Order: sequence, then C-alpha cells, then structure tokens
Amino acid sequence: MNIIETRGLGKCYGGSWALRDCTLEVSAGQLAALVGPNGAGKTTLMNMLAGLASPTDGSATVLGSQVPGSPAALDAVAFVAQDAPVYPNLLVADMVHLTRNLNRYFDQRYARARLAELEIPLKKKAGQLSGGQQAQLALTLALARRPRLLILDEPLSALDPLARRDFLTTVLTAMADDGISVLLSSHSLPELDRVADYVVVLTRGRLRLAGGIDDLLSHHRLLTGPATEVDSCARQVRVVQVQRAEAQAHLLVETSDPDDPVPPGWEAHPVSSEELLLAYLRDQGKAGLASPSRLQPAESAQGAR
Amino acid sequence: MTVLTMPGQPAQPAPPGQAGPLRPLPWRRMAWVTWCQHRPALIGVPAFFAALAIVMLSEGLKIHHDYGPLLACHPLTASTCENLSNSVGSSDWHVGDAVNIALQLAPALIGAFAGVPLLARELETGTYRYAWTQGIGRVRWAIGKIVLLAVVFAVGAAAVSQLNGWFFQPFAVQQDMSRLSAAVFDTWGIVLAGWVLAGFTLGAFLGMLIRRVIPAMIATFATYCGIDLLTWQYLRPHYVVAGFWPAQLLEVGWLLALSALLVAATVWLARHRAA
Repeated sequence: MNIIETRGLGKCYGGSWALRDCTLEVSAGQLAALVGPNGAGKTTLMNMLAGLASPTDGSATVLGSQVPGSPAALDAVAFVAQDAPVYPNLLVADMVHLTRNLNRYFDQRYARARLAELEIPLKKKAGQLSGGQQAQLALTLALARRPRLLILDEPLSALDPLARRDFLTTVLTAMADDGISVLLSSHSLPELDRVADYVVVLTRGRLRLAGGIDDLLSHHRLLTGPATEVDSCARQVRVVQVQRAEAQAHLLVETSDPDDPVPPGWEAHPVSSEELLLAYLRDQGKAGLASPSRLQPAESAQGAR
Repeated sequence: MTVLTMPGQPAQPAPPGQAGPLRPLPWRRMAWVTWCQHRPALIGVPAFFAALAIVMLSEGLKIHHDYGPLLACHPLTASTCENLSNSVGSSDWHVGDAVNIALQLAPALIGAFAGVPLLARELETGTYRYAWTQGIGRVRWAIGKIVLLAVVFAVGAAAVSQLNGWFFQPFAVQQDMSRLSAAVFDTWGIVLAGWVLAGFTLGAFLGMLIRRVIPAMIATFATYCGIDLLTWQYLRPHYVVAGFWPAQLLEVGWLLALSALLVAATVWLARHRAA
C-alpha cells in the first residue's frame, strides 16, 4: 500500500506555483525525508497531505485511498506543523485533554508516561516550555493518537543537537512499536542520512529526486577522470553534477544498472547520501528539472535487472 | 493496548484503521474543548452581564422607591404629577443612562472581543494547523465553538434585558418615552439577545474572513454600527407590524436569520478556504 501517493500535484498561491507537477509514491512503513531549501514547496506539499490546503492541480491520497482532510484521513494522519504550534495559554495537561477530546482515539497513558519521562510538567503553561519541550509535547500528542501516518514539518529546526537525537529516537521507537509511516521535512542532511529509508528532494516547487535511499545510492556513482573528456563521457551517462578541478573532473552520474561499465579513462567511486542529496539540491537550474529522477522502489528496480 | 478512561467518558474505540465506519465525534466533546479554550470569554461576558444586573438591582430598588409616587400618579400630564416628576433627583439619570449605554454597546463589544478572536487568533498565530488536523474535523470544530458561545451570550443578554424592563421603567415613564423609542426598544424584551447573536456571529465571520485580530475588530465595530444605524433610520420605520411585541418578534426574526447566515458563511470559509 502507498501511504502517500500524488499525481501531478500542484498548488498555486496568488498566481505563482508553490509546487508543480509532483508525482510521488511512498510505500507504508518507511521514514520518508522531504528535503529542499526554504521555499522549495515542502510545507505546501505537507499542508496538502495533511488536508489543510487543497490542490490547485492534480490529486493526492494518503493511507492507500483516502483524500487528505476527509474524516478517515484526519482520523489516522497526525500532523505536527512547523514551529510545533501549541496554545500558549493552556496548561500542558489541558493540551492533553484537548487532543483527547478532539480525536476518536487517544492513548492517555502513553501521553502522560512520555511527558513524565521528558520531565515536562503537566501544570506548566505550554507557552512557557522551551522550544524543544514544545516540539516534544506536539510530537507526544500526535503519537498518542496512534496515527498510521505522521507528518512532521521541520521538526528539528528549533532543537539543539541533543534534543534532535531524542526527538528522532521517539519517532523511530514509534515506528518500530506501532509500524507507523513518517514523512519528515528538513533542511538538515546529516540527521536524515541515518534515519531515512526514502528521500524526496524538492527545489523551486519541483520534484527533483525520489526513491529508496539504498536504491538511489546503488544507482549513482562518482566518476573521476580527465577534465578534457567530460563532454564525451556525458554522452554515455546521465550526469547529475560536474565539478572541475585543474586537470581532473568529478562527475556525479546516474546509472540504470549498478554493474554498468565505467567509461574508459574514468575511475568510479561510490557516492555518499549527503553528496547525492547536495548534488540534487544544487543542481536547481539545469535541464533535469523537467524530468525528475525517480527510481522505482526496490522491487521494480530488481525486476529490471 | 490499555487506555485510561475518565469518569463520565465512554471507553475509547479501537485505534484508527481497526474500527468500522467512522462515526462523528459527539458534540459534548466540543463543549469541553470550547470551555477549555475560551474560558475568558465564557466567564467574562456573563460576568459583564452579572455586574450590570447587580447595578440594576441595587440602584433599581432605590429608584423604584423614589419614583413610587410618580409611577402611581395618573394622568402624567396633570400638574401635580409634573411637579412630582420635577422633584425627583436627576442623579439617578446618570445610572440609568450608563446602564442603557452599556446594554446598547454590549453586542458590538461581544462581537469584537469574543467573536473576532475565536477564529482569527488561531489563523494569526498558526494554531489552526493543530486544530484543523485533529480527528474531529474543522467543520464540527467551528460549529461547536460558535454555537456554544452564541447560546451562552444570547441567554445572558435575554436575562439582563428582562431585568432592564423593570429597572428602566421609571425613566421611561418620567420622560414619557414610547416603548418603540430606540433606548427602550433596543434594551427591553428580546431584541438585545438578537443583536448580541448578530454581533457575535458578525465578529466570528469577519475574523475568519480577515484572519487578523485587530483589523477584524475594527471591521466588526464599523459593520455593526452600520447595520445598527440602518436599522434605526430606515428599517424600523417600515416594520409592517404595529405594537411593541410584534415589532420585537419581527426584529429578532431577521436578526436570527442574519446570524444563521453569518455562521453558515463562517463555516463555509473554514471548510473551503485553503490554509
């Protein structure tokens, strides 16, 4: 089942497209990372998946076949918006009761146990908590709903390194315990590297890359060779990024088969996930925009071999 | 998975995805949510009415005592009655005026300070991103809040205007005011509740439309005054019914229709206007 599926999804705000022609399939049980610079359309995509905004163009479904914002989708999709909005004047205990009353299912025991573990006092106003505690409160309330899909918009940006690790640990524990799927946006690559199963790269409202992280790594390689040969090499392989040094050039290339022969005179190296994502993030203005690299999930890639 | 159940709350259904077809969440959940989030308005507005009622009661007893002989004097145009009318103190008038002005202003104040922030504050501070992604859905969420607050405010206004019917009577008699004059018609009977409903729903609607608290408050004041003025100047002289109660019923009728329309428009905006 595809926990998230979009077809030609687009959103236009006042005449300019925040997101355009986004076709995406994320299967259930994964942690999908949504990566892109500010203004790339990450929040727009998440708002549409959470049911806050409706598409201008195309369509989106969650949990297999539910329309975002429909009762069934609202029931099983939890969304923690950017800056983890909480009601500043309400006590933490009130936020727990509020969320409990606004949902069909709420695991109050889990919520209270986690807040105690995090040493977040129930009798404190939510607005007086630190940024990290507010993020943890919002995450705890979302997880206590026992959602099937958890959408987190830039949850790590306000957190210090220790709080980031705690936050991600909570998310990964919930994934392991309850089998929930997670879509998480971030512009911080190092953390995502370790946790993401699937990555989606957006730049300037366009989908640049989407695929399982292992699959993407095995289908990209770094070629090193003479700078004078770049053009002839580029005719044989799909080049994502070119970096020229004095006499040498480094090409990040996409290969349809990991066992493809290396062009003569070139040397191949495996690529790290951070190098890969940075290459796609940087490669914004190129012709590649029109045809996003979209490697299929593992099963179809294996079928092609 | 075990779940703590609270006294008075039913056992929780199975986690999402395992239950059958979804039933809407009960309205009483929204009553609790509204109480939790809007305690200042739910306490403040009734407290405002209660304070007015205390002033009316304490001053009213004194005024009724002073005006007793005047109220019993017939006909009012007789010279003995006029002498009596002139002899009673004018200081009571300040209290009477103050209460009357407070009641006349109440609907606009409730609209601006309780109606506008209801939705505009959520939109302004971004907390709607929490509220609108909970299982209850934004339509039930908006209707539940608006209706509960509207009923509380309207009941308060109706109660206080009944008391005003007794309190203001001596002033009306002394000045030989018609029951259809603005000062009396607006604050006696049932139209005050109607105006409170209209003011509150107008504030909620403009808050949803404008999405920012201060501009929406100003717009609510201006629009409310406009509607009020038009009603005085142009609408009331054309009421086809005669007498105090038929006119009251007619006015409450169109105010209720206007309020219902504003609630429907507010919910439509919440439902269809993308974030």
